[in-house]
Amino acid sequence: MKLYKLKTVTRRDAIFMIGALGSSIMFPFSSTASSKMVSDRINEITNGKGAEESDLFLDLPEIAENGNQVKVSFEIESPMTDKDYVKEVYIFADGNPAPNVAKFTFTPALGSCSATTRIRLSKTQNVHLLAAYSNGKYATTKSKVKVTIGGCGG
Amino acid sequence: MSKIKPRGKVPKKAAIDEIVEIKTLIRHPMHSGRMKDKNGKIIPKRIINKFVVKFNNEEVFNMNLEPSISTNPYIAFPFKAKVSGTFDFQWIDDNGDKYSMKRKMTVA
Repeated sequence: MKLYKLKTVTRRDAIFMIGALGSSIMFPFSSTASSKMVSDRINEITNGKGAEESDLFLDLPEIAENGNQVKVSFEIESPMTDKDYVKEVYIFADGNPAPNVAKFTFTPALGSCSATTRIRLSKTQNVHLLAAYSNGKYATTKSKVKVTIGGCGG
Repeated sequence: MSKIKPRGKVPKKAAIDEIVEIKTLIRHPMHSGRMKDKNGKIIPKRIINKFVVKFNNEEVFNMNLEPSISTNPYIAFPFKAKVSGTFDFQWIDDNGDKYSMKRKMTVA
């Protein structure tokens, strides 16, 4: 939303501003992703079962000076055998224009469940991780990153 | 535009049951579809949307990438060495292009 100087506010502008204010109350999450969109995605993936909050290792900087390149790595304890392994890991960002960031598909051949990549963060926000186990269980965790310069362009 | 060039780091040798780290990077702009060029025009979305790793022709790892992944995507993941073989990495571009790279690893 644009910032208006008080003296230049005309009647027309005022109506627009009231409209914008109203729509931001009704649709507060329309311009960026949000924690609600992330929880909706988690519900969608888990078929409504939801995921258990757990202590998975998700490594992100506490403060990212440049949101264009934020290193994220995770490690999930699992025996990674044919019977018991982590199938998929999702990463979501609740303050980016879209919540989806990445989806990793693992196989027991990897021997352990971890990965590292670099992501863009447009502003200070939570990064969520969702792990899908082969036994049908889900686990989630999140980590807050303070972003000094946003990295989504625009 | 700079050329799209994949790079990868795979240990040449590994011991049996050793978990090694595979590192890959591809030079790619990853246009998110939200950035503007010098003239203020929006650069159309063009990203690497998929990364697939095969070992001895069997898929072992893949990743779906979204616009929130940084320019020049860097991806590192583990792999448990069991037999010698060849890694086949493939990156798929929004425009349908495929970039691939092969790396050998000897297990003893």
